Amino acid sequence: MKDIIVIGGGIVGCSVARELSRYNARITVLEKFNDVSCGTTKANSGIVHAGFDAKPDTLKAKFNILGNAMFDDLAKELDFPFVRNGALVLCFDKEDFPRLGELYNRGLDNGVEGLKVLTKEEVFEMEPYVSKEVVGALYAKTSGIVSPYEMAIAYAENAAVNGCEFNFGKRVVSICESDGRWTVECQSGEKYSADMVVNCAGVYADDINNRVCDKKINIVPRKGEYMLYDKSCGYLATRTIFQMPSKMGKGILVSPTTHGNIITGPTANDVDDKDNLYTTYEGLSEVYEKSLKSVPSLNKRFVITQFSGIRAHSVDGDFIIGESDKKGFYNVAGIESPGLTSAPAIAVHVAEDIAGKLNLERKRDFNPVRKGIPHFAIMADSDRAKLIEQNHLYGKVICRCEVVTEGEIVDSINRPVGARDVDGVKRRTRAGMGRCQSGFCLEKVMEILARELGVDFETVVKHEKGNIVIGKAKK
Amino acid sequence: MIDKNLVIIGGGPAGLAAAKSAYDSGERDIVILERESVLGGILNQCIHNGFGLHTFKEELTGPEYAARYVEQVEERKIEYKLETTVLGVNADKVVTAVNETDGLVKYRAKAVILACGCRERPRGGINVAGSRCAGIFSAGTAQKLINIDGYMPGKEIVILGSGDIGLIMARRMTFEGAKVKAVVELMPYSSGLNRNIVQCIKDFDIPLLFSHTVVDIRGEGRVSGVVIAAVDDKLQPIMSTAQEITCDTILLSIGLLPENELAKSATVKLSPITGGATVDENMMTSVDGIFECGNVLHVHDLVDFVSKESEEAGRSAARYIKENRADRDYVEAVGCEGVRYVVPQYVSKNTQSEQIQLKMRVSNVFKNVRLVGLIDGKEIFSKKKQIVTPGEMETVTLNKAQIDEIRKGKRLEVTLKGE
Repeated sequence: MKDIIVIGGGIVGCSVARELSRYNARITVLEKFNDVSCGTTKANSGIVHAGFDAKPDTLKAKFNILGNAMFDDLAKELDFPFVRNGALVLCFDKEDFPRLGELYNRGLDNGVEGLKVLTKEEVFEMEPYVSKEVVGALYAKTSGIVSPYEMAIAYAENAAVNGCEFNFGKRVVSICESDGRWTVECQSGEKYSADMVVNCAGVYADDINNRVCDKKINIVPRKGEYMLYDKSCGYLATRTIFQMPSKMGKGILVSPTTHGNIITGPTANDVDDKDNLYTTYEGLSEVYEKSLKSVPSLNKRFVITQFSGIRAHSVDGDFIIGESDKKGFYNVAGIESPGLTSAPAIAVHVAEDIAGKLNLERKRDFNPVRKGIPHFAIMADSDRAKLIEQNHLYGKVICRCEVVTEGEIVDSINRPVGARDVDGVKRRTRAGMGRCQSGFCLEKVMEILARELGVDFETVVKHEKGNIVIGKAKK
Repeated sequence: MIDKNLVIIGGGPAGLAAAKSAYDSGERDIVILERESVLGGILNQCIHNGFGLHTFKEELTGPEYAARYVEQVEERKIEYKLETTVLGVNADKVVTAVNETDGLVKYRAKAVILACGCRERPRGGINVAGSRCAGIFSAGTAQKLINIDGYMPGKEIVILGSGDIGLIMARRMTFEGAKVKAVVELMPYSSGLNRNIVQCIKDFDIPLLFSHTVVDIRGEGRVSGVVIAAVDDKLQPIMSTAQEITCDTILLSIGLLPENELAKSATVKLSPITGGATVDENMMTSVDGIFECGNVLHVHDLVDFVSKESEEAGRSAARYIKENRADRDYVEAVGCEGVRYVVPQYVSKNTQSEQIQLKMRVSNVFKNVRLVGLIDGKEIFSKKKQIVTPGEMETVTLNKAQIDEIRKGKRLEVTLKGE
């Protein structure tokens, strides 16, 4: 049987691993963090783009359109939150109308369906809280929102169920080839060997590629800062509201999330440090001021958290997908926006391509269906009662703001590719994601983690090795 | 569906006092629903003293104060359910609750008292930039970790905000061997009690920096420092004054928010100023038979006032259950000129109360002023104050004659006047 190593457990690595797990091969994902979905995947806008913004005849345009169309079925099959809520690109100046027309035409060229240019009256009817300065907008019916980290986790769980192995805390330090066999060495000392190495290392994809290939690539870390509002502000937008895009990206958006919060952002600043996830005073001010231009009644007092993510911007401007100049080393790099939208289609393409190169056969027993953690908060009372009868831990609410029960938290730890730390539980269950931001449930979640993992309370981490939450017991 | 005359949501100081007084007013069919594993609420983690000076005329710790009320609830054999979370209340007073043993339970109540307290404002609420590493706690979380669980959240501490819990925690962390390097307050005054500033900060020589804010949090994995800067009169940071303080832990004490998600589900009208319900002198909200008291109604600084207010709610709920009558012919009570709010917001024209306590907060620090009550422009009370601050709740107790004056009027204004 052939061996395939996937470097990186973000949305790209997880979706590629899952699509590869349809074939008879041994697949290993190496991820430097404690969990999947810890890099760009956990900190982005979570938009399933319609595809009017990508330059025609690029990989971005192609996979955007293909990926977008896959979401309805995929979200059902893998059970992750997705809503096709539509999007508006607001126009504030009559002189910008030609640019709105350009976007419209570009969308047509790319094959986007359901585009429409709206008058301001039509805009207000759809979104009563947008600024009265709006003069018109482009409406994209097929735009959607997704919970990106839950999507990646769903992919990972399904890959694992189909035999894919996930190894965490594995930072790749060297990759060598000898007689058609690749050896990948991790900082922790382990070596893995494979017939094919797939580089899905996100912002570090250039480092990985440049160790191996003659053709160098350059990934520039581009930081985006965000603000997340309390669910009580959820009424302010039902569609994703963009402003006119610029060459640095799609600008500051205001969008509902799949869980009913409002997200605003991102900024777009090229930075030197790929690990620097600091938010900045200037960045947050910019997000706030520009978001007010779209929706003036956003009130900073209702922000519950801010965060930033690093996009993997390829200086070439397009996705880099395919076998490199070294046989058996495959790049899936530079997957910035619309990367999340494109990921499902990219993964299918990559898996088929690799299967062809390695002569892989499809598995007969591949199971495409993954069932997520039952979310008590959004269940009917009758289902809640049934669930508690089956398992009394669903009767114990741990996170009051998001109404997350102990049953869900235990499930999140014990399922395939389960949570190993506080943030892992948070991404899977939403415990700590609500308006008190874990003030009340932090220590309860830590206790459950310690119990289920069989470790000391004091050694439970937030998200990274050594990132101890509490510290020592009081002397 | 279980029929229950009175469902009290929350078994902290407010819920306990309300239960006791409803019982003493003749109501026997009561249940208290408490989400934690013991009664007493946040008092259990407040192991410092200073509680009960008004109620018991002695100085108690938080757990001692709670124990007095728990004892009274136990003596009266009032039913309570622990580790029980209320998922929703509707305007028909159907309370949906859940726990491990009973599963999902619905109570159809004749009256509901919301006594579910408040929560701490998280970091997001003040938009502090910087790292999102471990080591940032709300002051209350740190208090629970130290006092209940026995863990030290850190060794070198900077406290952001000077709310009472932050001040108390500055002293508590110092007692436990931590170094509190600074308490940083955005405003030119503290939002905490003066006695806490003296006893928790000044007595321990902890630097208290007014008109300063945190502009950056630093740390990879764990907090390594904060950058603070002075603010101008528009509360914007002056970057030229920025300085870094090294620390491994940041505690946030930046405000308390009444937790009114249940009130919203019951369509109770809320005040945008207090964040709690608008109530009348009986503590009844805009929904007949739903009452609110304690920190869910408005944030108090002394538990003694919570108990007093909640006893009123308990009494009124017991009467409502008997009479099934809500009197909505109101005189409105409003804060003006320096008085941010007045609770209760309404006084019934047919009130049977012999005594009504008005509670209020001012919007800034004022010296040598009078707190004046005007009914349709006519002064009915005037209270001299050397100093009033936003951190200390002011109270005025109205007597029978004053209440009679109010009943005849339309609008009660409480305002500050210079000497």
